[in-house]
Amino acid sequence: MWDWLKQNGLSPKSFYRTSGLCLPWLTVLFLGCAGFGLIDGLYIAPADYQQGDGFRIMYVHVPSAFAAMAVYFAMAICAVLTLVWRVKLAAVCMSCSAPIGASFTFLALVTGSIWGKPMWGTWWIWDARLTSVLILFFLYMGFIALQSILAEQHYRDRACALIALVGVINLPIIHYSVIWWNTLHQGPSISQLAKPAIAPSMLYPLLAMIAAFFLFYLSVLFMRMRNQILLREKHTHWVREVVLS
Amino acid sequence: MNWIYMGGYGAYVWGAYGLTLVVFVMNYLIVKREKKQIQKRMNRFIQSKDHE
Repeated sequence: MWDWLKQNGLSPKSFYRTSGLCLPWLTVLFLGCAGFGLIDGLYIAPADYQQGDGFRIMYVHVPSAFAAMAVYFAMAICAVLTLVWRVKLAAVCMSCSAPIGASFTFLALVTGSIWGKPMWGTWWIWDARLTSVLILFFLYMGFIALQSILAEQHYRDRACALIALVGVINLPIIHYSVIWWNTLHQGPSISQLAKPAIAPSMLYPLLAMIAAFFLFYLSVLFMRMRNQILLREKHTHWVREVVLS
Repeated sequence: MNWIYMGGYGAYVWGAYGLTLVVFVMNYLIVKREKKQIQKRMNRFIQSKDHE
């Protein structure tokens, strides 16, 4: 079963074909979710009773922070697949995820800062949540830097996978930082176990925006991976056909 | 007009959304540019192979 998957489903060639079919749908779904989330979040959802209209920054801040962590987690899974089973596609997915994850982390930090100024009275504070997310940003940067200095493909994939795995320890620290330490940052609004601590009229646009961020990640990831696959597989016959067609 | 004002938080809210738009567009443009470059590179690679 595993060998079959590696041969067929997870081969660069079949991914190139399938992702090409998925991309238009991902784009349409992304535009739909983003459109709904933006209209609902910026216009329809009622103002917060404490934060007024300032809370609307949540609809870009929470999804970007959530996606930043999820992308890193995806990279860690790919790292295991690369190190243990040597799945070629996983290495491509890992390296192509990093710049997108870094941009989401940057977005989470800056939108959080923009939100913090009017609500907390400061752009930045060195507390556990903010600092651990900053570390996540540095982890992404370290990954990207490592990738650009190592020339040999096989060696580079394995070194980067190792770095991605080591950094995964930061994810639970980010998640629990608001519970373990005193902080200005508010606790989670949505959790898997408890009822959401947020009204449905404010929750729906948030869910739509989270979906939009993930769909955007997948679309850009697929486009990046397709580029990388062409380069990596340039000696094969099928890439020749794709390029010439 | 009242809507754009965002109850006094207009600059913060639109600033955050504007930045998000910039990051998304940049992500998209970078990958599009990369695609063009790779297409060129691959064409050159295949031509050099054919000459051999």
